[in-house]
Amino acid sequence: MAEFLQLTIYGIVAGSIFSLGAIGLSLVYGILRFPHFAHGDLITLGAYFTLVPVSILGAPPELSFFFGVGATMLVAVAVDQILYRRLRKVAPVILLISSVGVALILRSLVQLIWGPGNQYYSQGIEMPWRLAGVNVKPDHLLIVAGAVVLVVLLHLFLQKTKTGKAMRAMSDNADLAQVTGIEVNKVIIWTWVIGGGMAAAAGVFLGIDTRLHPVMGWRLLLPVFAAAILGGIGRPYGAIVGGLIIGLAQEYSTAFLSPPYKPAVAFALMVIMLIFKPTGLLAGRKA
Amino acid sequence: MSGIIEYGMFTLCLIGIFGILTLGLNIQWGLTGLFNIGVTAFAAVGAYTSGILTAPPSDAHLGGFGMPLLVGIAGAIIVSGILALCVGLITLNLRADYLAIASIGIAEIVRLFLKTEGWLTGGVRGMEIGRPFEGWLGGNFTLNYLIFTILVVAVLYVLLEIARRAPWGRVLRSIRENEDSTMAAGKSVLAFRLQAFVLGSCVMGLGGAMYAHFFGFVSPEAFRPMIFTFLVWVMLIAGGSGNNKGALVGAFVIWLIWSGSEFMTGMLPADLSTRAGSVRILLVGLLLEIILVTRPEGLLSEAGERKRQIARERRRAGEEG
Repeated sequence: MAEFLQLTIYGIVAGSIFSLGAIGLSLVYGILRFPHFAHGDLITLGAYFTLVPVSILGAPPELSFFFGVGATMLVAVAVDQILYRRLRKVAPVILLISSVGVALILRSLVQLIWGPGNQYYSQGIEMPWRLAGVNVKPDHLLIVAGAVVLVVLLHLFLQKTKTGKAMRAMSDNADLAQVTGIEVNKVIIWTWVIGGGMAAAAGVFLGIDTRLHPVMGWRLLLPVFAAAILGGIGRPYGAIVGGLIIGLAQEYSTAFLSPPYKPAVAFALMVIMLIFKPTGLLAGRKA
Repeated sequence: MSGIIEYGMFTLCLIGIFGILTLGLNIQWGLTGLFNIGVTAFAAVGAYTSGILTAPPSDAHLGGFGMPLLVGIAGAIIVSGILALCVGLITLNLRADYLAIASIGIAEIVRLFLKTEGWLTGGVRGMEIGRPFEGWLGGNFTLNYLIFTILVVAVLYVLLEIARRAPWGRVLRSIRENEDSTMAAGKSVLAFRLQAFVLGSCVMGLGGAMYAHFFGFVSPEAFRPMIFTFLVWVMLIAGGSGNNKGALVGAFVIWLIWSGSEFMTGMLPADLSTRAGSVRILLVGLLLEIILVTRPEGLLSEAGERKRQIARERRRAGEEG
């Protein structure tokens, strides 16, 4: 029982990180109609940008977080306006290839600037609290609380602001939305601001939980895609549910499967979803 | 002097091997429009299969069957094909970008499998498989291997050109251009896609096996997804997808740029040269973006050539009339 609870806690932590990544991926996929393969590297970038004030000014990662998120938002919008905007008129699959190239470029920049090795926000081991035979690290609470706050903010943005409503409309039916006079480019920029920001937050949380590494985000891409597909493409709320399911399933699987095969679990869930209900749990766009 | 010749032959061998991989991708993406970014996975499976079949006996991994080279290569082709069949059956009737997402999944799982299952593959330490053609033609391995590579590329190229011009190839291209009208013409889109996917992956398995025997050693490190998959993609897109000649030209040009960038980064100051690998990948990434924005149809595109010719003739006709 204790083991089950322990895995549940790890699963919720991992799931919160996946959910944040999947929200942006799902929105971009829904609005711009292409799977953004550089999303994992936006996650990496967010983690490393946050390292800058930490290592130079000695600021705590909780404060540097805002710098990292802001800088990643800027990069996401810049990549879109410089590159993706030029390719939007051609087939979406060209955007897909181009995003793979962006993934390469971002990752090699991270390696160039920060080096190929592991980095940490803080040295030293954090002592976990022990409750009923279960280890909980204070960082885990921070990550889950942070994710909840971000999701609530996203919810308010999508429901209360005009831009948020326009974004949901675009994601539901782009043609219909454009007929009603939505400013497409503005919605697209906001999509990248939110997607980039959420990805950066996922990266910082992953960095707090484990360590920073140039391929940390790329390794996350598969579970994040799985979460987005599970929840339904273009459905930010579905992405949150999908992320939690993938996170929990991966952790529970370690009870009877060798831990390196965690990504295989995400993959299997994704394939099962694609076969039986390609629109995802919350009925997103059809395959 | 002999060093330069040796280096030239070495480079040509690798260009040939990457040419094979690019031809494989051309069947999938160039002809049929199937987006596979798991090239590494199929190449690695081919490399390991051929390695296990041909390697001398060893305690570190399964195998040591000491089979001849051609048996190893045939095995590589078959096993890569079976893997592709399984993947294809699951994903090919979904939308194109789902295959792309599934193919990273396959690549990741194959990578983890090769690393984790040490009893089969030797794990991270890799597998020593020995080199073929040891005593042939004066014993120059690189020369012998180059002749072998050229033979394989030539045979493969001729076969694929025949397939491309045959009705079979035309169906693939019509699926790429318009799936619905192909279906309306009574063709089973799924069956043709599956054939193209499996055939392309078989060719990638062949390329992977050729790569493994060239170095006489395989390890998970040799099949890093970034280098393998993306070099092959850039080669195909730069050369002109859909065009077998373009695929080979792309492999040639991009490999020269890729190995040329090694010289360039070799001249960097010592503290930066440890990061040379990332500079090279950065350059290839930028090159890919520049090609996509400025010349998406590649260096050799038959369609582009024809269009320009038609435009030129129309202009001339306009001047006369």
